[in-house]
Amino acid sequence: MPIFWLVLIVLAIGAAGYVAGRRRALASAGGDSRHLHSLPSYYGSNVAIKAVVPAFLLMIVWLLVQPLYVSNTVSGMLPQSAIPDNSSRGLVMAEVRRAAEGMNNAVAQGLMSEEFAGNARADVADVTQRLKDAGQIVTSQVTQPILRAAQRYRVMNSTGGQMMTIAVLVLSVLGSLWGLRESQAEYRARNIVERSIRALLVGAASIAVLTTLGIVLSLVFNTVEFFRLYPATDFFFGLNWAPSFSGRGGSSDLGILPLLWGTFYISLVALVVAVPIGLFAAIYLSEYASPRIRSFAKPLLEVLAGIPTIVYGLFALLTVGPLLLGVFGDEGLGIMQAGTAVMTAGLVLGIMLIPFVSSLSDDIINAVPQAMRDGSYGLGATKSETIKQVVLPAALPGIVGAILLAASRAIGETMIVVLGAGAAARLSLNPFEAMTTVTAKIVSQLTGDADFASPEALVAFALGMTLFVITLGLNIFALYIVRKYREQYE
Amino acid sequence: MYDAPASEQKVNQQTTKISARKVQVYYGDTHAIKDVDVDIEDRTVTAFIGPSGCGKSTFLRCLNRMNDTIDVARIEGDILLDGEDIYDKKVDPVQLRAKVGMVFQKPNPFPKSIYDNIAYGPRIHGLAKNKADLDEIVEKSLRRGAIWNEVKDRLHAPGTGLSGGQQQRLCIARAIATEPEVLLMDEPCSALDPIATGQVEELIDELRESYSVVIVTHSMQQAARVSQKTAFFHLGNLVEYGETGQIFTNPVDPRTESYITGRIG
Repeated sequence: MPIFWLVLIVLAIGAAGYVAGRRRALASAGGDSRHLHSLPSYYGSNVAIKAVVPAFLLMIVWLLVQPLYVSNTVSGMLPQSAIPDNSSRGLVMAEVRRAAEGMNNAVAQGLMSEEFAGNARADVADVTQRLKDAGQIVTSQVTQPILRAAQRYRVMNSTGGQMMTIAVLVLSVLGSLWGLRESQAEYRARNIVERSIRALLVGAASIAVLTTLGIVLSLVFNTVEFFRLYPATDFFFGLNWAPSFSGRGGSSDLGILPLLWGTFYISLVALVVAVPIGLFAAIYLSEYASPRIRSFAKPLLEVLAGIPTIVYGLFALLTVGPLLLGVFGDEGLGIMQAGTAVMTAGLVLGIMLIPFVSSLSDDIINAVPQAMRDGSYGLGATKSETIKQVVLPAALPGIVGAILLAASRAIGETMIVVLGAGAAARLSLNPFEAMTTVTAKIVSQLTGDADFASPEALVAFALGMTLFVITLGLNIFALYIVRKYREQYE
Repeated sequence: MYDAPASEQKVNQQTTKISARKVQVYYGDTHAIKDVDVDIEDRTVTAFIGPSGCGKSTFLRCLNRMNDTIDVARIEGDILLDGEDIYDKKVDPVQLRAKVGMVFQKPNPFPKSIYDNIAYGPRIHGLAKNKADLDEIVEKSLRRGAIWNEVKDRLHAPGTGLSGGQQQRLCIARAIATEPEVLLMDEPCSALDPIATGQVEELIDELRESYSVVIVTHSMQQAARVSQKTAFFHLGNLVEYGETGQIFTNPVDPRTESYITGRIG
């Protein structure tokens, strides 16, 4: 039975359980809901929860475990002779899965009968031909062991599916019966329902946390793998970035310093652009602008934050780059060789960060109590004196936090630098030269035909890990500063 | 209720410092202050009393044009400081506020050191010629704010680290540092405990020697203790204005009597 139908049936059992539980609880109180411990709908919900939640949990676990179990069993069935010399068990298993899937599709299309697909003595060539007829991609001749394994794979999967359907349905019915038995007037259904809601919320929060943990772990494992293949000192202190894909390792120089320098330089240019503009815009919006101007200027400024970074990248590549080249290129000052440069990417990145800085700073400036301003005005200070000497110093820790958050975004930004900064990794002070960043190199190391066992591809994880540690550090520092600031007025 | 001998002392000088005539204040469509006439005397503590929302704070904020920072507020009538109309176009509200200082309900020290809090006004107005001069102004203001002994060893500690009563005295010292002629106080003790209130009241009484002090208060006892003149506001009207002793012992208007005996308010 397809999963979709199974889900629908379980939900239907839950819905029926809701109605029945509600009615039973009401009946137990003689039809007067005032004699119930909880509102009737809580009794219904209690039954529905007990019918649906355990059943779905079982289904999810089953769906996760079954493929692992089936693969392991089938893989153990494959004789050593079925695995060619230049291949691995994993690749052969992929072949088995493809064949099994192909057979499923062929059966579904009517090109192959169910008996034929399951026939252990079926002719290998015939099966291959029929699979090809059905439009299935079969890389090579399906061999006898692979066919056997694929048939076994299909059988196990279909029995597994049937068993799961039965188990889930039985659990669902049992759960609803249990819930119904409880639907008596004195039963505390409301507390149970509220506890389940809390469990749901806890579950949502832990999924978010666990995902982060998973991402970090995958980075860590691959980074460790990389450092096994490439010395860490060369990675962290190497001044040269020159990966070679042809030589398959050995001849590559994978020093992170030129990339970190590029990242740092571009972020610096971006912050030099974004911080003054964003901050001044925030001061204008929060202190000087009339409510009317503010009400349309602020959303307009925040539209900048909604532009996809790839569009900023195009803007850098097609507009800002040529513009800068016209001024600083060979026809102008002659210090710029091409449109892609630190300056191009930095300027555009800075524009992207303006709403980020201005919006956060605006909130922080608004959080400075009016009493501060009144105190200053009451002493005969002008508006600008008040802002300069009272409001900004009071908001400074928060503004520094906003700038650090903006910096961590600048460091992590990818698309603008891929398109705007060029691809050459070099250590140079000239902002009109092309440079590249850590993120841009992660993209270039992983796009295309990457062999994930080579240091040239694995270096991407080490780069990502380094970047992650840097931005995490910046974020923690920023949050620490922002929190310290908040304590002042509470 | 009326037991402070200080306020019974005869006020020796009777020169008018601020004189208000036919003052109207509108907040948008609300008519907040109606036809208020009042003469505030120099070297006197004048108390504004009245129930919440009666307009006493609003009127106080007219006296140094703090209502200018509120967009919807509109003021009509004349307010003269030493005979000059403070709402005249020639008058810069910023300079007016240097002359008419203000202390607020909640202590609002700036997030700076104690020293910088006091030095803020003098620095803005260029009152000190050099560092030694500024040091002297700070010390003098803190002494007059009756807080010098408590903070002299930690002038460079943040002003926000002081207790509530100390903060309020710091704010008063800060207002004194710009050498105003009039000091407006908007419920300066409402956020303070009785001990701190006592300290601030004592200070107000001392300030009377050099300034004209106008204080808005919810506490009638406080008005009786610290002021020589009292004005009773009700629903935007100035109901009665006179010697504090007379207002509290023998009010003319029945509304004043109802308020001070606790029947309205």
